[in-house]
Amino acid sequence: MADLSVNFASIRAPNPFWLASAPPTDKEYNVVRAFRAGWGGVVWKTLGEDPPIVNVSSRYGAISHAGARMAGFSNIELITDRPLEVNLREIATVKRDWPDRALVVSLMVPCTEESWKRILPRVEATGCDGIELNFGCPHGMSERGMGAAVGQVPEYVEMVTRWCKQHSRMPVIVKLTPNVTDIRAPARAAKRGGADAVSLINTIQSIVAVDLDSMAPEPVVDGQGTHGGYCGPAVKPIALRMVAELARDPELAGLPISGIGGISTWRDAAEFIALGAGSVQVCTAVMHRGFRIIEEMADGLANWMDEKGHTSIESFLGRAVPNFVHWEDLNLDYVTKARIDPALCIECGLCHIACEDTSHQAIAIHRHGDRRRFEVIEADCVGCNLCAHVCPVSGCIRMVAKDVARPKRTWKQHPNNPDRREAAE
Amino acid sequence: MDEPASITTTPLAGEMTSAAGSGGPWADLHPPLSQDEALVEANRCYFCFDAPCLHACPTGIDIPGFIRRIATSNLKGAAVRILEENIFGGSCARVCPTEILCEQACVRGAQEERPVKIGLLQRHATDWLMDRQIQPFQRAPASGRRVAVVGAGPAGLACAHRLARRGHDVTVFETRAKPGGLNEYGIAAYKLVDDFAQREVAFLLALGGIRIEHGRTLGADLPLGALQRDFDAVFLGLGLAGVNALAFVPEGPPAGLRDAVGFIAELRQAPDPRQLVPGRRVIVIGGGNTAIDAAVQSRRLGAEDVTIAYRRGPADMGATRWEQDFARTEGVRILYHLTPLGLVTAGGAVAGVEFVRARPGTPEPAGERVTLPADRVLTAIGQRLDLPVLDITPRVAAGRIVVDANRETSLPGVFAGGDCVAGQDLTVRAVQDGKLAAEAIHRRLSGIRE
Repeated sequence: MADLSVNFASIRAPNPFWLASAPPTDKEYNVVRAFRAGWGGVVWKTLGEDPPIVNVSSRYGAISHAGARMAGFSNIELITDRPLEVNLREIATVKRDWPDRALVVSLMVPCTEESWKRILPRVEATGCDGIELNFGCPHGMSERGMGAAVGQVPEYVEMVTRWCKQHSRMPVIVKLTPNVTDIRAPARAAKRGGADAVSLINTIQSIVAVDLDSMAPEPVVDGQGTHGGYCGPAVKPIALRMVAELARDPELAGLPISGIGGISTWRDAAEFIALGAGSVQVCTAVMHRGFRIIEEMADGLANWMDEKGHTSIESFLGRAVPNFVHWEDLNLDYVTKARIDPALCIECGLCHIACEDTSHQAIAIHRHGDRRRFEVIEADCVGCNLCAHVCPVSGCIRMVAKDVARPKRTWKQHPNNPDRREAAE
Repeated sequence: MDEPASITTTPLAGEMTSAAGSGGPWADLHPPLSQDEALVEANRCYFCFDAPCLHACPTGIDIPGFIRRIATSNLKGAAVRILEENIFGGSCARVCPTEILCEQACVRGAQEERPVKIGLLQRHATDWLMDRQIQPFQRAPASGRRVAVVGAGPAGLACAHRLARRGHDVTVFETRAKPGGLNEYGIAAYKLVDDFAQREVAFLLALGGIRIEHGRTLGADLPLGALQRDFDAVFLGLGLAGVNALAFVPEGPPAGLRDAVGFIAELRQAPDPRQLVPGRRVIVIGGGNTAIDAAVQSRRLGAEDVTIAYRRGPADMGATRWEQDFARTEGVRILYHLTPLGLVTAGGAVAGVEFVRARPGTPEPAGERVTLPADRVLTAIGQRLDLPVLDITPRVAAGRIVVDANRETSLPGVFAGGDCVAGQDLTVRAVQDGKLAAEAIHRRLSGIRE
């Protein structure tokens, strides 16, 4: 059986599945339930200075897509609304009772050295394994100069990270906001400041829906709404790209990454790990179905690793990163053509109309009485694979690679490229 | 065997239903789901907390857990989740009356009268594992303990498998030539196609630690006292050996009269069941699953006219509403409130059955007499224990061996389960008995206190 244990920035955990800093990790009661269910670690919901913040009602909005609930999820909840002392006491108890699990504490205090100096020793005294700096929260706290307001300014990220490293001995994970134009800038700043790791993505600024009766963004709070932080399965592709962007950045080489964003299944986790995430953090999926989903995630990941011969997380960590290249490095002479399996085809016609209306007119209809047969016109097919995506039958349309004798040729070598580098160079 | 002239002149019932889309006389009752269908169906599951379906499963399979594994393409995980609670998960997926068990409890049923197809999803996962011949279980270190199991049916083999997993060695004694019990001999062919019963037993035995001795019969060459003495524990999975007969049948019964259990066993073991003569006009007397199986099989074999005659109403029938409807779609007529009075014979052969109409809600006669013509009468009016004469005998009450919560009989160290003890006569319940008895035996042998 595959070994799922991880050592992430010197923080050990029996598996890479951690709960992200969020409502599920706000209290001892929840965290203990999570550990009992099998979660490898938690990032405790963000602590701040007293007096605690005050939350609104309601707090969540969601996108249901084609009958699936919570495909996308948005919240306007702030950091913990419980007194600091209560949280610290519970953190110490949980760490004492669950020494083998990762217990990281998320922090957010005003951007002054005094504030950080005040809170850090108190957190360190709990015996927790590390801290995560919440530079990502995109709503509410950012209006007060915290959260994303810090994360969007690399100089602030570096400065606060440095304070934390100066005033504590704990591993420091910097949680990044995706609400920036280049995710590498704050990550590099974190590294300069001495961060032990980064985690991403925090939620994306969003208006999840508009209530057309009250004419206000959802969730509606007494007739009005505000922008929220978007997360859930819908954001996974955005998160994967940002994780991979950092994983391949030479300036960030060796900096551990904790992947966050829409992770619901073992497969999602495996994809993040393959793109360089040494641990993964989950929130929306447990808010939807409860902590027990960890059983399937751990079981599924282990079964897949056994099948592929991966004995440890380390053995496939970042394995897809070298294959995540810039567009100009892709082989322009690699050609695929769609092939429709008539035995599987149910004659819905979606492939034809997608190609006919919106692509290359490369799928012909042959009529035989009442029956229709769809056939790819190879000469016109550009191999875009839209037909394979719209086809409702798995495996009915396959993209078949054509044998091209020529060696790989990228845009850098292509004759159409006016700036091409000659082969002689 | 020659086919009788009456059949060759008319199209076979199987061919007729085939034209209507059922796919022939031996076609799978519920064809398996394709991968796409399984994914869509799995994603219909809400992953309920403390799920009602789980509580409705006699073996307590973590149904939401295995379905979620299917939804995430973790089919091995799904299969293991099923098989660790029910090693006969493959056959239960095919033969369980899910409409009165897990699928009846599914919250989707309350929401939209369309429960998740739990049985078919269970089959999807277990087939995946068995098709790949993956053996997911390992035996615990050898305990040096030996357990005797009498009967190689679902109860006995479920018990044997769990004990073998726990490190004990098991010897199974079986009268018949093949293992599998009712899965092999007692269930309609269309419910377990492609020799599934034997494939499943082979999968189960591949664990190791289980030896089956065929041709061994309790009481005949197996004294219970000797088993109790020579083994560390004994499990009796005897099933029901006796078949109830109509009270009015004279000595030397007429040709064309037989019991449905024997008919199905013959059909299941026939090298080519198509050669069997089903009769032309068939009356099946009874109201349980065996009656439905025998009637539908007769139809699919080519009988022109098949009637189930039952003495009470549809709600009293042992067969579920779904099975009654299924039989009707197969061209079987079901007549309720008919109590059999006697056989009509001609020339030493069955010619019909005389009934009296019963008062609805009771088997009491209401007066009117009805005679239905038939050249074949199948009786499916229940089975009974028929315990052989033994040197030591466990306590029996109401026709079944008495057991406690651990499935232990009145004889110390002798356990029993399946149809020979009281409870629903279902494969899934037999498996649970075997599993519970095995765990109790294991605790006993390991010195774990109750």
